[in-house]
Amino acid sequence: MPDWKPPAPYRSHAEADQPPLAAPGYGSTRLRSPHHPLLVLPQGLTELTGPALGERDFGALDNDLTRQHDGEPQGERIEVFGRVLDGDGRPVRDTLVEIWQTNAAGRYNHVGDQHPAPLDPNFTGAGRTMTDSDGRYRFMTIKPGAYPWRNHPNAWRPAHIHFSLFGRAFTQRLVTQMYFPNDPLFGQDPIFNSVRDDAARQRMVAAFDLDATTPEWSLAYRWDIVLRGRDATPMEDS
Amino acid sequence: MTTPSQTVGPFFALGLPFAGGPLAVADGTPGAFWLRGVVLDGAGDPVPDALIETWQADPDGRFDHPDDPRGAVATPGFRGFARCPTDPQGRYAIRTVRPGPVPGPDGVLQAPHIDVSVLARGLLDRVVTRIYFPDAAANAGDPVLATVDPIRRQTLIAKETDDGYAFDITLQGDHETVFFTF
Repeated sequence: MPDWKPPAPYRSHAEADQPPLAAPGYGSTRLRSPHHPLLVLPQGLTELTGPALGERDFGALDNDLTRQHDGEPQGERIEVFGRVLDGDGRPVRDTLVEIWQTNAAGRYNHVGDQHPAPLDPNFTGAGRTMTDSDGRYRFMTIKPGAYPWRNHPNAWRPAHIHFSLFGRAFTQRLVTQMYFPNDPLFGQDPIFNSVRDDAARQRMVAAFDLDATTPEWSLAYRWDIVLRGRDATPMEDS
Repeated sequence: MTTPSQTVGPFFALGLPFAGGPLAVADGTPGAFWLRGVVLDGAGDPVPDALIETWQADPDGRFDHPDDPRGAVATPGFRGFARCPTDPQGRYAIRTVRPGPVPGPDGVLQAPHIDVSVLARGLLDRVVTRIYFPDAAANAGDPVLATVDPIRRQTLIAKETDDGYAFDITLQGDHETVFFTF
């Protein structure tokens, strides 16, 4: 046996907290979701560690999506902010947060997006930032739009911002979407509803925060992101 | 009470790929090779909008990470992480080096392996697999490979090529790659 103690593993997700890989209402899962059951991989050091990405990898990070071009983007200026926490409420500090989204009209700045809504020459729709020592992040952006897709007749995605997070370990990696409160499109969206538990679904919905608005400038939405927790504080015995 | 996963969608190329992303090691790293593969769906068609991410130990089996109980070790030119979107033919390519053996949860050494996340439209959560090397004697005693049905075990083992290794990923069907949860 080694003379060191392995780090504590991360706890599994509660089943209700995660969407199934096969979701019949979401057509693209049909040929892409594995049929075999997933095998349990005991968490070794490859799973308990992970990359610490940052400016060394990307150059200067940019958390203000409204100032990436010569002019101002169209749309409703919003601040999106919150904390990245683990399942025990501990902040996940100094971790990369990446976002991408449509413009105010509901169009991605991507050649594959054929939705006949206008592109905005002053909006790319992507940003990166690091959490601070308290797990906090913030982006300044514009509110994304809803857009149609061909999943089912007259299908529309609720407005959302894509989020990518690494956390501290490979095991904690999370890619998800942040939604806006009271979106009338929730009921017909199979991606949002792939998460079957209502309380879990609500954890993907940001809260409007009047106190965090900037008068005469921007509205604000608060969204905390919870990654998997682990059984003990790392290295607590050392 | 974790935040649920959602699909990366078809338009992640707007935000996630970055210059140098496919390079887990710096240019000129001794022993570097290309790890190439194709991502296929359940109909055998290429998946042109997948994102592959890899994470691995350095050639000594160490990690530059505070939770490596043997101590964090920074290896110059070694990031250990790579990210590559698939092209219209479903192909990805990552430049890396062979990792050393890594201790498992019980301290028992695992054969050299690279952890892989596959993200795509139609995947509501990433799927995770492992790449092992065809010529590694340690594969025979690897505790993870030992849990895999021998018929499916070969889906986890890369093939040697002219400039490195090939590792194809089949998301579904008869030749489905073994995927893990943890």
